[in-house]
Amino acid sequence: MNSITDTLEGLISLEYRHGFETSIEADEIPKGLSEDTVRLISARKNEPEFLLEWRLEAYRRWLKMTPPTWSSVHYPPIDYQDIIYYSAPKSQKDGPKSLDEVDPELLKTYEKLGIPLHERAILAGVAVDAVFDSVSVATTFKDKLAEVGIIFCSFSEAVQHHPELVKQYLGTVVPVQDNFYAALNSAVFSDGSFVYIPPGVRCPMELSTYFRINAKNTGQFERTLIIADRGASVSYLEGCTAPMRDENQLHAAVVELVALEDAKIKYSTVQNWYPGDKDGRGGIYNFVTKRGDCRGARSHISWTQVETGSAITWKYPSVILRGEESVGEFYSVALTNHRQQADTGTKMIHIGKNTRSTIVSKGISAGFGQQAYRGLVRMARSATGARNHTQCDSLLLGDRCQAHTFPYIEVKNNTATVEHEASTSRIGEDQLFFCRQRGLSAEDAVSMIVNGFCKEVFKELPMEFAVEAQKLLGVSLEGSVG
Amino acid sequence: MLSIKNLQASVGDKAILKGINLEVKAGEVHAIMGPNGSGKSTLSNVLAGRENTTVTGGSVTYQGKDLLALAVEERAREGVFLAFQYPVEIPGVGNVYLLKAALNAQRKHRGLPELDAMDFLALVKDKMKLMEMNESMLYRAVNEGFSGGEKKRNEILQMVVLEPSLAILDETDSGLDIDALKVVSHGVNSLRSPERAMILVTHYQRLLDYIKPDFVHVLSDGRIQRSGGPELALELEREGYAWVGDAKNAGVVAP
Repeated sequence: MNSITDTLEGLISLEYRHGFETSIEADEIPKGLSEDTVRLISARKNEPEFLLEWRLEAYRRWLKMTPPTWSSVHYPPIDYQDIIYYSAPKSQKDGPKSLDEVDPELLKTYEKLGIPLHERAILAGVAVDAVFDSVSVATTFKDKLAEVGIIFCSFSEAVQHHPELVKQYLGTVVPVQDNFYAALNSAVFSDGSFVYIPPGVRCPMELSTYFRINAKNTGQFERTLIIADRGASVSYLEGCTAPMRDENQLHAAVVELVALEDAKIKYSTVQNWYPGDKDGRGGIYNFVTKRGDCRGARSHISWTQVETGSAITWKYPSVILRGEESVGEFYSVALTNHRQQADTGTKMIHIGKNTRSTIVSKGISAGFGQQAYRGLVRMARSATGARNHTQCDSLLLGDRCQAHTFPYIEVKNNTATVEHEASTSRIGEDQLFFCRQRGLSAEDAVSMIVNGFCKEVFKELPMEFAVEAQKLLGVSLEGSVG
Repeated sequence: MLSIKNLQASVGDKAILKGINLEVKAGEVHAIMGPNGSGKSTLSNVLAGRENTTVTGGSVTYQGKDLLALAVEERAREGVFLAFQYPVEIPGVGNVYLLKAALNAQRKHRGLPELDAMDFLALVKDKMKLMEMNESMLYRAVNEGFSGGEKKRNEILQMVVLEPSLAILDETDSGLDIDALKVVSHGVNSLRSPERAMILVTHYQRLLDYIKPDFVHVLSDGRIQRSGGPELALELEREGYAWVGDAKNAGVVAP
C-alpha cells in the first residue's frame, strides 16, 4: 500500500505556482490597530462620515469580542497589533484613470498569474476587478457594463460614486457584530468589489475579482457587496493567490450578496492562497464570512467553492432564504494536504415558505490534512414546505489525514423536509489497479478518480474556472467525449 | 507468447503459487480450472502485476520480455488484458471517458495516433452492438449501479475495444445467466485470432461449451496438477475436483 500512498501524495502536492513576490513600492500605514488606524484608513479613502462611523462602531464592538473557538482548527493566538492594516502600491495613490495608467509591474504580476488585464487580451466575456493587497488596481469592461446600467467597480469607487447604494446595503447581510472576524473586517476593510445589477438585467458577461496578497506582514481585509435587483442575474468569480512566505498572513474578508425578487446570483470561488510548506510553515489564515440573502420571492443564490489553498480555512458561505420559494445552493470541493486545516461548510437558514436548499460537499484529505465539514440547516417556524438535501462525501488519500462531518439540523416546522447523506471513502487499491491495468498511468488514474469524485461540484463552475479547478487538483479534463 | 517457469508467489505471508509451469502460444486458448483457493485468481493477478501479490520465485516471459519487471500499466500497454472477477466501480468517471483514455494511452505507447472523439465513438458504438449493450451505458459512471451481468459485459467491451495480445479472463462466467454468458462468449470468440492468446480462468465447464479451449489445466494447491485437451474439463465436470488430489502423484502431464 505504501507505494500507492506515495503516488497519491506526490500527485496531490503539486508545487505552489503563484509563490512569487512583486517588488513594488508600497504606501503602508504603520503596524497596529487602534481607533486612529480606523480613522486613518477611512481618511486615506476619503470616505463619507457615515462610513467612518460605521467602521468605528464595528471596531468598538470588535474590542469586546473574542475569536471563535468552536471550530476544529488550531493556530497560535494572532497578535493583531503586529499586522499592517493598509498597504497600497504607491503608484496607485491617486487611482489610475485607465488601464494605461496602471503600473506596468502590476500588469505583469497579473499576467504572470494568468489574468491579463488588457481588455483585448482578456478572455472574451469575463470582466475582472484586480485587488492587490488593500486596493483595487484595475477593473475591466467597466464602460461596456455601464451601458446596460451595471455597476462593477472597486468598493472604494462605489463609496465615492454610489454612496446611497453602499449605505442602503452594507452590513445588512453580515452585520458588524456578526462574528469576531467580520467585526474586524468591518472596522478596517480596505477594498473589494462592488456589483449592482439593475432590475431585469442579465449580466452579459462573467464578473470576476482576482485577489492578490503581496506585501509582507499585511492583512487583507476585503469587502465585497453584490446586489441583484428584481429579476436580475449575475455570475461572479473570485480567485486568490499569495507569495510564499514563512510567516502566516491573515485574510479576513466579508462577502455580502443580496438577491431581490426573482434575482439570481451565482458566486464561484477558486481559492488558492499559499497553503504553507509541507511542514506547516507559513501560509494564509483564511477566515472569511460569506453570506447571501435571498430577500425576494423566487430569488436564487448559489455558492460554488474550490478550496485548495490556505494554511487554515474557516469559511461557511451561507444563504438566508427569506423570500418565498427562494433557492439556496452550496457546492464545495475542499482539499487539505500536508498540515493544512479546513473547517468549512455552510448555513442554510430557511425562513420563507417552500424555500429549497441543496448542499453538496466534497472533501479530499491527504498527508496530515485535517478537514471538517460543518453545516447548519435551520427550518424556521415560518418555513412551511421547505426542503433541504445535503450530501457530504469525504475522500481520504493515505492514512494520516482526517475528515470529520458535523451536520447541525434545527427544524421548527413539521412540514419541512431535511435529508442528509454522508460517505467517507479511500481511493481504493482496486480502483487504481483497475485503471492501470487498462493502461493508464498511476497519475492519470488518481486524477481521474479524484475528478470523478468532484464532478458534481465542478459541473457547477463556469467553464474557465472548471478548467482552472481541475488543474489545481492535478486532474485532467473529463468529459471531452460525449 | 507467454512462458511461465516455476512461478511462485505469495499473498501476505501465505504461499499461494508453488511452482507453475505454463507455455501459451499465439492463437491458443488455455483454460485453467480448479477448486476454490487453488490459486487461480492469484495467477491472474501476478500476471497483471497486482501489488498485493509477491513473486517469490520463477520467471514469466511475455513476447520475449521479462513480464515481472514491467509496471502494471506497461504490461497493459504491451497488450496484457485482465478481465476482472469483481469489476470495480468508479463513481463520477464516465465509462466512455475511461475507455477512451485507456485506448489512447495504449495507442500512444504503440506509436499510433490518438483517436479523436468522433472516431472513438464510432468504434465503441460498433463494439457495443457486438456486446448487445445499450449506448446509454457509455455515459454512466464506470460500473456504478451496473448489475453483475452488465459489469461483466462491460469488462468484455473494454477487451474488444483494447484488442489485447494476451487476454486473461478471471471467472468471467461467474454470476452470468445463460443469455449473458452467450453474449460474453460471443465477444470473446470475436477476438480469437492466430495472433492472440487467451487464458480462461474458471470453475465450471459451462463456459467452455461456448468458448472452446485448446488446452485445459487443472490447478490445485498452487500447482498445475494435470493438463490436457477439452475432454479434461468434461472429466472434471463428472468427477469433481476431489480426484485431483490423487492426480498429484500421477505427475504433471505437459500440454
